[in-house]
Amino acid sequence: MARIEFDRIRHAYMANPRSEADYALKELSMTWEDGGAYALLGPSGCGKTTLLNIISGLVHPSGGNIRFDGTDVTALSTEARNIAQVFQFPVIYDTMTVRQNLEFPLRNRGVASGEIARRVDDTLRIIDLADKADRPARRLTADEKQKISLGRGLVRSDVNAILFDEPLTVIDPHMKWQLRSKLKQLHQRFAFTMIYVTHDQTEALTFADKVVVMYEGEVVQTGTPDELFRKPRHTFVGYFIGSPGMNVLPCEAFGTTATIGGHKVRLPAGAPKGATALEIGIRPEFITLTGDKRKGIPVTVRRVEDIGRFRIVHADLDGRPIAATLPEGSEIPAEPRAVLDPANVNLYADSWLVEGGRGP
Amino acid sequence: MKRAGFLVPFLYIVFLMLPIYWLLNMSFKTTNEILGGFSMWPADFTFDNYAKIFTDPTWYNGYINSITYVAINTVLSVAVALPAAYAFSRYRFLGDKHLFFWLLTNRMAPPAVFALPFLQLYSAIGLFDTHLAVALAHCLFNIPLAVWILEGFMSGVPREIDETAYLDGYSFPRFFVKIFMPLIASGIGVTAFFCFMFSWVEMLLAKTLTSVAAKPIVATMTRTASTSGYELGLLAAAGVLTIIPGAIVIWFVRNYIAKGFALGRV
Amino acid sequence: MNKTWNNKAWFMVLPVLLLVAFNAVIPLMTVVNYSVQETFGNNLFFFEGVKWFREVLHSERFHDSLLRQFFFTGTILAIEIPLGVIIALAMPRSGIWVPVCLVLMALPLLVPWNVVGAMWNIFALPDIGLMGYSINALGIDFNFTRQPVSAWFTVIVMDVWHWTSLVVLLAYAGLRSIPDAYYQAARIDSASRWAVFRYIQLPKMKRVLTIAVLLRFMDSFMIYTEPFVLTGGGPGNTTTILSIDLVKAALGEFNLGIAAAMSIIYFLMTLLVCWVFYSAMMRGEDE
Repeated sequence: MARIEFDRIRHAYMANPRSEADYALKELSMTWEDGGAYALLGPSGCGKTTLLNIISGLVHPSGGNIRFDGTDVTALSTEARNIAQVFQFPVIYDTMTVRQNLEFPLRNRGVASGEIARRVDDTLRIIDLADKADRPARRLTADEKQKISLGRGLVRSDVNAILFDEPLTVIDPHMKWQLRSKLKQLHQRFAFTMIYVTHDQTEALTFADKVVVMYEGEVVQTGTPDELFRKPRHTFVGYFIGSPGMNVLPCEAFGTTATIGGHKVRLPAGAPKGATALEIGIRPEFITLTGDKRKGIPVTVRRVEDIGRFRIVHADLDGRPIAATLPEGSEIPAEPRAVLDPANVNLYADSWLVEGGRGP
Repeated sequence: MKRAGFLVPFLYIVFLMLPIYWLLNMSFKTTNEILGGFSMWPADFTFDNYAKIFTDPTWYNGYINSITYVAINTVLSVAVALPAAYAFSRYRFLGDKHLFFWLLTNRMAPPAVFALPFLQLYSAIGLFDTHLAVALAHCLFNIPLAVWILEGFMSGVPREIDETAYLDGYSFPRFFVKIFMPLIASGIGVTAFFCFMFSWVEMLLAKTLTSVAAKPIVATMTRTASTSGYELGLLAAAGVLTIIPGAIVIWFVRNYIAKGFALGRV
Repeated sequence: MNKTWNNKAWFMVLPVLLLVAFNAVIPLMTVVNYSVQETFGNNLFFFEGVKWFREVLHSERFHDSLLRQFFFTGTILAIEIPLGVIIALAMPRSGIWVPVCLVLMALPLLVPWNVVGAMWNIFALPDIGLMGYSINALGIDFNFTRQPVSAWFTVIVMDVWHWTSLVVLLAYAGLRSIPDAYYQAARIDSASRWAVFRYIQLPKMKRVLTIAVLLRFMDSFMIYTEPFVLTGGGPGNTTTILSIDLVKAALGEFNLGIAAAMSIIYFLMTLLVCWVFYSAMMRGEDE
């Protein structure tokens, strides 16, 4: 397993990119730790697959270097990078049995047959397919086939990283959860470097130690699930993560006070000078509704959604839609006012978070 | 390695083009020059052979006749194959598998076996020497093929689409024409192409079932060999002209040729 | 896919059934009729039972043409299937050259069959044909109108020219349906070029290759026009394959009983092979 470093990596699919917009992946530098479980999260077309293909060596970046454990692998082919990958659709060798599928990468590398048998048996146990080892691989179910793909990587004990490209796409919903916990369990046991591409926030947040959120060819935030929830660095992260997403309201701000529709809100950080568009972001979880006329901002309730453990209130605040979550059983006041928890209000200048203490 | 890879299709295409070049080469020669000896290109370049074909009605009528019966056959084959292919792709019914197999066996029926009985059959019903006779006879191998290809394309369309349309209150004919046919448009195109192709290239039945009024170009061509000695230049020019309609048709369906067989129930 | 049981679907199949049956059943009946009767002209027929069948099955002529037929079919399959697969593998997967290649390759398929024969006849002539002239220029004595070996060579090369493209198109369609992920996985697993072919491309082409073999097998049995125009079955009877022999018997010698009996035997053989392939295919599909 390896530490993966990106050094000013960028990529454009066209031959002569002229502007920033021509890059499918904008310049990025970061380091992923050995043994970490990383999720690349973002909507389709955000560049996450490009980044994955750069790691696997299928795409050679237009600029920058990629290093595994300090060794530059930018120019190396897929074969030479020693990685494993599980694809969106199960890729198995149809004519082989499960066991032959697992033996295949080892045979190609000229591993001694005694060693092959030992490692394949181990791997079959790990992926729970020991009892189906001699069945034709094409007869298995989709989730079992995905396990075979994974097994072909695990069997080579020395892989640098295991890549997952939306691996649960074709898996039945009730099996998704099982397969995901299996991955998590394997990661805890063997500490592989795992990279998991998905557009599903639940998958990303439950699988990864670190989630890398991408948007329009750019990494907008890397952080633990908790960080992404509490301090989204970009309004996009706020929208994309959480259900419902973060409320974003345009405001005016002076010092540490913001004004929305004539009502003042205290801010954790001061507003920067010269920013053109200021917004405050607050998650529905941090808005409470009260009937107390001395507190909060008046809102008009439009719709209430009951989703079991809590209710989601959709309301208008100064003509803009907001959402707030209400614990089950609590009443909605007759003349509701929204109170924003000052500790969890974030200020955004031109869509980027204004960090606490760094304001002017 | 990459370069060598391109060499294989390239050499193959050169091999394919050589006889066609030779035909083209001869079509611009006079018959005397052709018989006079070997030469890589015409010394005495002439359009006379083509001019003769375009001015002599016994020649150009051959083209018109061929195109007429090929067109009738293509339309007929696709039109009757569409509902049948739909039935095979959507329903199970008594004897469906046997019927499908029986249809396919007709695709394999050798025209040499059927030539004489066909002549008697079509003479008996008074269709001998009509375009319709050839068009109907070619249905023997084109309809099974059309059903086969269309069934493959239709099986690729999810049944939910049919059900949604019925729920939306579409009648079957309206659904079929308005919704379903556009969905398999490329399949219909591919099918029409193959029907055109097999009807255009077939010659034994076309020749057997016609004498004067509906005589196809392929039959007219054999005349040059039998009656007025070997008019090779004329024969070559006529041959070149028979390749052209095919070439035009392929160009239109070029993006679907490979797909046609991949999606067909093959 | 789960299909619903609906016997009304028969109505949708009816037009096809009527048209094909009209063309297939009535002529077939005529052929069967001939095959069991004897005629001395004037439309007088006498029932002869299986006489013609016995005669055909015991005639050396039939054995010879059947043997020649199997030689022809075997040779062209052995050349066209591997050649077609090799060309399909060497084709670019995408790009502007793909449609150009496909169109040029499909061209022979659209040449009327007697034009194919005539074209190759002239092309192979030793005095004025490019191929015949070139082979003789290399110092090899080549004349397909006189030498059986040259005649066989020409008939086979012509068939390869005419039909290999069909195999290429089928194999190429099969190859293109393989998702990129398979090739990526093979690279990750360090598979050799041969292993990619053996374990990915060949299994995925199995279906279309079965069809290619089936079509070429059947078509090579019913092929008539091209070899007839090219060699007329000669020199002598050396390239007289089944269908040429059959037409000779029926139209040339007006020996209808023999011809009909041959047709039936011939038809039953193709039917048998077709059935074997069809059931093998259906079993493959059920898996």
